[in-house]
Amino acid sequence: MNPVILEHYKHPRRHGALAAPTVRRRDVNPFCGDEVTIDLLLANGRIEDAGFDGRGCSLSLAAASILLDNVTGRPIDAVRRMSSDDMLALLDMEIGPIRRKCALLPFSVLQACLAEEKNGHE
Amino acid sequence: MKTTTLDRAAALRADFPILARKIGGRRLVYLDNGATSQKPEPVIRTLDDYYRFHNANVHRGAHTLSEEATTLYEQARLHIARFINAPSDTQVIYTSGTTESINLVANTWGRANLGPGDEVLITEMEHHSNIVPWHILRDQLGFTLRYVPVTDDGLLDEDALDDLLTERTKLFSFIHVSNVLGTVNPAAELTARAHAVGAKVLIDGAQSVPHMPVDVQALDADFLVFSGHKMCGPTGIGVLYGKRELLEAMPPFKGGGEMIRDVKMSGSTWADLPHKFEAGTPPIAQAIGLGAAVEYLTGIGMAWVHEHEQELLAYAYPRLGEIEGLRILGPGPTRRSGLISFILDDVHPHDLAAVLDQAGVAVRAGHHCAQPLHDRFGISASARASFYLYNTPEEVDILCAALEKAQDIFAF
Ligand SMILES: Cc1ncc(COP(=O)(O)O)c(C=O)c1O
Repeated sequence: MNPVILEHYKHPRRHGALAAPTVRRRDVNPFCGDEVTIDLLLANGRIEDAGFDGRGCSLSLAAASILLDNVTGRPIDAVRRMSSDDMLALLDMEIGPIRRKCALLPFSVLQACLAEEKNGHE
Repeated sequence: MKTTTLDRAAALRADFPILARKIGGRRLVYLDNGATSQKPEPVIRTLDDYYRFHNANVHRGAHTLSEEATTLYEQARLHIARFINAPSDTQVIYTSGTTESINLVANTWGRANLGPGDEVLITEMEHHSNIVPWHILRDQLGFTLRYVPVTDDGLLDEDALDDLLTERTKLFSFIHVSNVLGTVNPAAELTARAHAVGAKVLIDGAQSVPHMPVDVQALDADFLVFSGHKMCGPTGIGVLYGKRELLEAMPPFKGGGEMIRDVKMSGSTWADLPHKFEAGTPPIAQAIGLGAAVEYLTGIGMAWVHEHEQELLAYAYPRLGEIEGLRILGPGPTRRSGLISFILDDVHPHDLAAVLDQAGVAVRAGHHCAQPLHDRFGISASARASFYLYNTPEEVDILCAALEKAQDIFAF
């Protein structure tokens, strides 16, 4: 097991719902039933705060922890421009096509949050 | 455990070249046979020979290769018919697998026989392939889909069945052996009960035909479906067996070459069984490969395969049960087939599978295409070890040791 993943899994950062999120999105991985919910607090064009909750394997939950840690405080536009390869680079490990779906679940929920926020303003 | 069975299994391993593979430097312990089995040398050789020496299209052209390919293709059908004791090889329809076989029945027999007021009965332990086709069809035809409940110990609720089987039931479609719980459903008895109310019966044999003797006439099944790849055969080939009068009355499934008697601008007439249901160029090598798989299994004897897996189960069930925090899904060791699904406290099934993989052990993790069943037990996923004729008790020991290691790694 990758020690960084295990560490984030056992001691997740940004775990737990936000009190008053700007957006909240939940999604499931249809291949295994894992689910992740992400809350974002958006202000001044930035992700001011973020929190997640979910049920899943170490990879999907560690990915949520690592991702939210990375994007908190960053400009929304920059985070919107992140690609799935950028996400996989954050994890810094080799991931096969099956586990990739676990690794990318939080990323897709985050992007859905930001898309929803954009639509909300238009 | 009887040494004879074990010696035989150990000897049979030599027939499966992939079992000599190393995974990350460790010997492969392949316990994902419920998903797909490994292939023995005779099957691999048959595929290779076919492409090297006999390859041609079937039932067309009068050249030597086409004659040879057609003979091999139809001989395989005969072997498969004998394997399940079908009255005739014309009742063995080649499909791409269990999933296509069920979709075929839904879209031909189903469309011709189901409408508002009718009921199709399935069970809570079905694989998605025996749920989703009925969802799609119900939404189009307006019949009612009902489910036989599963008890806490993983058996079909036979009392509820009395109320669910009525003269409105047109089809009872059930899994013979559960791919998650391992439950062996009493198929002959269930079939008789369905017939008593006038319902037809489809048996999903995907997890039974590879592992035990299955006799369609003894079961009195109207339809039996299974996949070649779970029984030493290639992927892309499976079977629909049906009673003659049903198959004859059913309209074709797909239209195209091979399945017609006569095509005029004004319309077409269909070929006789089985070709009516086999439109287009079929998976020829795969069908011949499945024939070789069936010959291989017949040579070993399905009664032996069953006995061997029962012995492995008798060994593995209590061993797994001893692991603290491990919960086995489904019935006790006497009413089940050679597969065990379980959950382990604090370790997600994916993580478990990943740690086991590092020990060379291949198991399945997830909902095993049976989401309603997992919902029924209040879990989202499980891990599954599924045995086949080449597995040994030593491999069960390796599995148990790796499970304990996974617990250590993920302990909070
Ligand atoms: C009980 C059962 N039914 C149906 C299927 C579907 O088989 P296939 O994917 O080969 O069509 C499977 C295997 O995954 C199964 O275990």
